[in-house]
Amino acid sequence: MEFDTIAAISTPMGEGAIAIVRLSGDQAFEIADRLFRGVGGKRLKDVASHTIHYGHIIDPKTGEVAEEVMVSAMKGPKTFTKEDVIEINCHGGLVSVNRVLQLLLNNGARLAEPGEFTKRAFLNGRIDLSQAEAVMDLIRAKTDRAMNVALGQMEGRLSKLIQKLRQEILEILAHVEVNIDYPEYDDVEEMTHHMLLEKSAYVRKEIEKLLRTSQQGKILREGLSTVIVGRPNVGKSSLLNSLVHENKAIVTDIPGTTRDVIEEYVNVRGVPLRLLDTAGIRETEDIVERIGVQKSRQVLKEADLILLVLNYSDELTAEDENIFKAVEGMDVIVIVNKMDLEQKIDMDRVHELSKTHKLVTTSLLEDKGVDDLEDAIASLFFEGSIEAGDITYVSNTRHIALLNQALNAIDEAMQGVEMGTPIDIVQIDLTRTWELLGEIIGDSVHESLIDQLFSQFCLGK
Amino acid sequence: MTYEAGSYDVIVVGAGHAGVEAGLASARLGAKTLMITINLDMVAFMPCNPSVGGPAKGIVVREIDALGGEMGKNIDKTHIQMRMLNTGKGPAVRALRAQADKFTYQHEMKKTLENEPNLTLIQGMVEQLIVEEGECKGVITQTGAVYSSKTVVITTGTFLRGEIILGELKYSSGPNNQQPSIKLSEHLQELGFDLVRFKTGTPPRVNSHSIDYSKTEIQPGDDVPRAFSYETTKYITDQLPCWLTYTNEETHTLIDNNLHRSPMYSGMIKGTGPRYCPSIEDKVVRFNDKPRHQIFLEPEGRNTQEVYVQGLSTSLPEDVQQKILRTIPGLENVQMMRAGYAIEYDAIVPTQLWPTLETKKVKNLYTAGQINGTSGYEEAAGQGLMAGMNAGLKSLDKEEVILSRSDAYIGVLIDDLVTKGTNEPYRLLTSRAEYRLLLRHDNADLRLTELGHKVGLIREERYKKFLVKKQAIEEEKKRLQSIIIKPTSEVQELIKSQGGSELKDGIRASDLLKRPEMTYEHIQKLVPAEGTLDPDVTEQVEIQIKYEGYIEKSLQQVDRLKKMENKKIPENIDYDAINGLASEAKQKLKEVRPLSIAQASRISGVNPADISILLVYLEQGRIARISAE
Repeated sequence: MEFDTIAAISTPMGEGAIAIVRLSGDQAFEIADRLFRGVGGKRLKDVASHTIHYGHIIDPKTGEVAEEVMVSAMKGPKTFTKEDVIEINCHGGLVSVNRVLQLLLNNGARLAEPGEFTKRAFLNGRIDLSQAEAVMDLIRAKTDRAMNVALGQMEGRLSKLIQKLRQEILEILAHVEVNIDYPEYDDVEEMTHHMLLEKSAYVRKEIEKLLRTSQQGKILREGLSTVIVGRPNVGKSSLLNSLVHENKAIVTDIPGTTRDVIEEYVNVRGVPLRLLDTAGIRETEDIVERIGVQKSRQVLKEADLILLVLNYSDELTAEDENIFKAVEGMDVIVIVNKMDLEQKIDMDRVHELSKTHKLVTTSLLEDKGVDDLEDAIASLFFEGSIEAGDITYVSNTRHIALLNQALNAIDEAMQGVEMGTPIDIVQIDLTRTWELLGEIIGDSVHESLIDQLFSQFCLGK
Repeated sequence: MTYEAGSYDVIVVGAGHAGVEAGLASARLGAKTLMITINLDMVAFMPCNPSVGGPAKGIVVREIDALGGEMGKNIDKTHIQMRMLNTGKGPAVRALRAQADKFTYQHEMKKTLENEPNLTLIQGMVEQLIVEEGECKGVITQTGAVYSSKTVVITTGTFLRGEIILGELKYSSGPNNQQPSIKLSEHLQELGFDLVRFKTGTPPRVNSHSIDYSKTEIQPGDDVPRAFSYETTKYITDQLPCWLTYTNEETHTLIDNNLHRSPMYSGMIKGTGPRYCPSIEDKVVRFNDKPRHQIFLEPEGRNTQEVYVQGLSTSLPEDVQQKILRTIPGLENVQMMRAGYAIEYDAIVPTQLWPTLETKKVKNLYTAGQINGTSGYEEAAGQGLMAGMNAGLKSLDKEEVILSRSDAYIGVLIDDLVTKGTNEPYRLLTSRAEYRLLLRHDNADLRLTELGHKVGLIREERYKKFLVKKQAIEEEKKRLQSIIIKPTSEVQELIKSQGGSELKDGIRASDLLKRPEMTYEHIQKLVPAEGTLDPDVTEQVEIQIKYEGYIEKSLQQVDRLKKMENKKIPENIDYDAINGLASEAKQKLKEVRPLSIAQASRISGVNPADISILLVYLEQGRIARISAE
């Protein structure tokens, strides 16, 4: 076992109900134990090899539960890679699987390169000779594809932003370096802890900003999480069906991810929607009834968009009013359905309750008003009520992981400053930040620091 | 006519800073060594600034000393002032710098060479190498003397086809008007070596009597006695100061007005100069918004009035140099004794070398110093030591030595040269080292003495002292890690007086030391050690405990590096036979021929996918070999 520990989502994208995140390397158990909370405080490092364990993955920073899991613990060499391997079985769909992976990456694992598990299996003598060529082809082919993506991003906004940020860091580094290598050079003031903290704080803010966009990047990639709510029999099912049937279902292109069966992906005028808990709607027609009030509030809270359905041919009830209350402050489109039937609803009251929400009237049975609804969704998204639009997206898992690591590195630099650690030592973490950002755009060449040094300062004998 | 002049294990060509270390190292580890220099009066001569050390370079001098080299000892005997730089910063970047008495520096070094039992020092100009079937077997001098040997080290500095440029004047010359070496350069080309043309320069020297020091700022040496060598016990106390002054608007206008006479801008100079050592005309042109540049006046020795004008390196015509000098405060009436000049010379493209500094083209031939494209006495000496060590070891059929980037700045220097090459004279900077927290001034002995002893360059007596020191460090660290300091009023008082926050509970002495406001001295006051510890020991204890977290992080990185270094690439690997390597990577790999995966991964143009493919290919070969057996 000679390599660092790698992680990736190992199940192919598809209709599977579970997804597996695999971890391989010397530190697989150690990293997993940082996140895994088993029954009775069980530690994976203590369990018998090749056994499976129930528990939760938690975010060690917040203590929050990220996912309910079954974890297989397998000590090398009797594993696929011949290294220590941990496999985490997740059930929570795309978002939580990604979250589990992200947590592993934040806690010491590195995102596996294409074909890397196979490569390790080979290097550790697991695969026989005849397969070697195939492994090389695999690495080359996948890398070329990744390269194309990388090149595409090079031209993109993200890379410009990262380059700008790296340049800022580079200037700080060059400043520190000139203080070290030319201590008598008087043209530049000595970098102080105060200056360094100020500059680091700026860099930190920018990285955080980029990471925030990753949430929006996620929207584009995974869809706007959308919940349809309403009393029983208002037409939620019909709405779902009409959205799904009218629009092409999205096939996600994220490698190694899976779709949850109880989610539907639809594309409405270019806005990807991920309709949550659709299975629930189909089964019982009533999300509230099915999963209880508390839980449904939770689902509502996590949604990006609420489609609130009312019945035109029925009077408003206390339940309707409660739903309005539950979605207060969220992005909501109010849909008054069954316009083909006789009006019993108090439309004035509906307007009153809707406040600034968009309001659409439909007859899903007669296929009327669906266009209006789609307009409403699209305009809500593109006019920026839902924050997205024309900004930089960080959407790639590798990038998010690198940004998170960069954030940790800059945090350590700032801690160092606050501790009064000498600046040339703090710089180790700052350089690390710079290198991690460089990995995002595929540029970590050290020489550029020296170039910067001599272009920024007039040095010499 | 030629004649048989003798037979040696190792021949060193040149006796500059690389040559002397090479000759001494090889002789000291037991190889019968011959040193040939063009002029015996120029041994270890400093043609440029009279100083040794500084950031990164000073650490190299310490490393040379820890490996049994001479530079540190020699400067300790012959300096006129010494200063520790970067004392306000962290321990990783502290560095010692000495101003040398350049004349006694030479004399002392020559004395050392002359008194080295296994070493023969002679004057002569080597014009040809004896190469048979790709192996170097000796040298032939201008006078027809044929010396045979098992290995040869070339350390010709800037002598190879050297040309001095001074204003409109250009003539064939080595540094300081020495005879240049022309035939050897041509011969190397005939042997198939790729050469590049580099340039460097030096400032004018002025007469101290004609300087008005009252208009300058004094730059004294440190009050505390300092030394580079771990063996030095006698310290020089009467130091000479340097002086600081500045250029001004007038200087810059004068330079601007005479740029047309500068060989740099007329196109007369074609060689690539170093960015870190620009001429004054370069500085004025490139940084024209700077109102002034620093000028340090440095005495060249105790028995001379010549003063080196640091910051004024130039190849402008002599009359312009004189005028420039006189615009500078303190130098209004200065008398210029020697004009500055630029020098162009041939260097070999260093990617033609193995990390042992042996050439790939000709076996048993080594090169070191400026011929390898570096600049600086310390860079030269470090390479000289390694080339001499390896040439000596090889002549004795012993295993050669390669320093890793995590072992020493010398390792960084050589790896950069042979892996990446250089397109300007290469200078070491602290930023070139990835693990600079590990490569400190203070721990050079801890890093390298073991190796120096193993190859036979560190004598028993010094080695024993080293082991005692090492043990004392470990014991004291252990003591501080096991002792608990209780929050007594004495303790709280001390912490408060240093601006720290009071203890709530007992704390390990080592943990208290980690607090930024605490020093070893404080801890020592609270929990005194038995007996007195050497300051060298307590310094190590303090640094190792205080920066433990950061050191640990660096060590983890080194661990990863070592794993990749242990993945060796066979010398005879056929890169054309590897499917899937990108063509740029293939070409670069064929040129550099890296010895390990770690080295391969540092070549520019070789990307991670190529490394993966290389790893798989190597593993495939290993499995094939095993199954064949």
